[in-house]
Amino acid sequence: MKLQLKIWRQDGSEDPGQFEMHDLNGVSEDCSFLEMLDLLNEQLLENGKEPVSFDHDCREGICGTCSLTINGLPHGPEDSTTTCQLHMRKFRDGETITIEPFRAKAFPVVRDLVVDRSPFDKIIQAGGYVSVRTGSAPDGNAIPIAKQDADLAMDAAACIGCGACVAACKNASAMLFTSAKAGHLNLLPQGQAEKDQRVLNMVAAMDEAGFGNCRNYGECSAACPKDISLDFIAKLNRDYSVASVKKILS
Amino acid sequence: MALSGFVLVGFVFVHMAGNLQMFAGAEAINTYAYQLKALPWFVLWGSRLFLLVAVVVHAWTAAKICAENRASRPTTNDVEVTKKSGWASLNMGLTGSILFAFIVFHILHFTTQTVFPEYKELTTHVPASDGAEVHDVYLMVLSSFGVEWLSAVYVLCMFLLCRHLTHGVSSMFQSLGLRQESWRSKLDSLATLYGWVIFFGFISIPLAVILQKHGAVEVFDKVAFDQVVPAAVSSSIPEAPTQ
Repeated sequence: MKLQLKIWRQDGSEDPGQFEMHDLNGVSEDCSFLEMLDLLNEQLLENGKEPVSFDHDCREGICGTCSLTINGLPHGPEDSTTTCQLHMRKFRDGETITIEPFRAKAFPVVRDLVVDRSPFDKIIQAGGYVSVRTGSAPDGNAIPIAKQDADLAMDAAACIGCGACVAACKNASAMLFTSAKAGHLNLLPQGQAEKDQRVLNMVAAMDEAGFGNCRNYGECSAACPKDISLDFIAKLNRDYSVASVKKILS
Repeated sequence: MALSGFVLVGFVFVHMAGNLQMFAGAEAINTYAYQLKALPWFVLWGSRLFLLVAVVVHAWTAAKICAENRASRPTTNDVEVTKKSGWASLNMGLTGSILFAFIVFHILHFTTQTVFPEYKELTTHVPASDGAEVHDVYLMVLSSFGVEWLSAVYVLCMFLLCRHLTHGVSSMFQSLGLRQESWRSKLDSLATLYGWVIFFGFISIPLAVILQKHGAVEVFDKVAFDQVVPAAVSSSIPEAPTQ
């Protein structure tokens, strides 16, 4: 395949950044999007140029490290697919592909296509955990959990924290991520003790990090490589309302 | 946002249902208008204040959310595409701002009659008023919507309201945490249906007036109609009738 790549280059968060055009020949349609970028970087290095920085780790679609907004869509045009699992056969020969970083004020660009997604860690630190006493491991199945709750919690836990939801949102809202992480624990018996505090603290951390407000566009869920449902946002809104009322009354 | 929206969503339906009494004749709409205004002052002004607060809260939170959202996403993508959201959801701020201006105009037009002070001279009698003179809403509405450009403005604004409601009604349930995947699509269809019901309910009146003006239909009282709506060739603003 022959491709023309329009790639975002930026030296750091202070640099305004600009697009750069690169031609790439001999791309196999069986290679992944990241392997295609590896080819580009080899070509750049051979020509004595600076390679393009981009995030990647497991390349199996489970770690949430890869990012990239490809032709305007986070993780590219395929549904339920991370960038590392996207294959070049999904593009046309001779196509111009625009590659941009995940854009949000809360995700400053570190370099080129690499953005700092540590605000997600701040949200997790605010309540994405259960406090348990240390000691011997409890017996398996000692706490009964309804199958439907376990399944739903697992659906939420599928979130890999890649940030595509933020990049897909016109308002850079992190509601889908936060709702998945809060919903996962709020659905399980182990998470009940800290449920209200968790929701209030995680939402506060989300707002403080500078993410935008949810306006129910639904773009986040459509871009999510793990198909996290908008129901978790509804659940977060519900849990937040209950927790707020309880806080006022207490 | 959702709670103030809920109040306004309910209000537009009641308002539309009230307006449709135009088709029941002059006495029905004039009695309805008289009875609304004859409510105890604290009920009348309490309701008006309640609605005003709902509009202000709705507009203020919307402005705040818009400003915050713009700050959260300072740079846009070179390629902007969407998978799910449509024109209605992406332009809530635009449709909302135009509707806010419309509400101000609408109140100056029909409630305070500041735009056309000659409406104040339109009076009539209804049995409920015990012989007292009441405002003739029937003639005022016919006279207004007999003006093509005014009808066009109202129809256009009602279309924007329809789009605003289509996203707003379904979004309201999501924000209040009352939406679920199993009935999401049904709720979205219901919101779309609600938007269209409100649209057609409201525009039926200006549409019927314009059609009658051009002789296509005859739904309103002919004598009253001809009294305030000049023949189709004239496009000037109708004068107040001589009683």
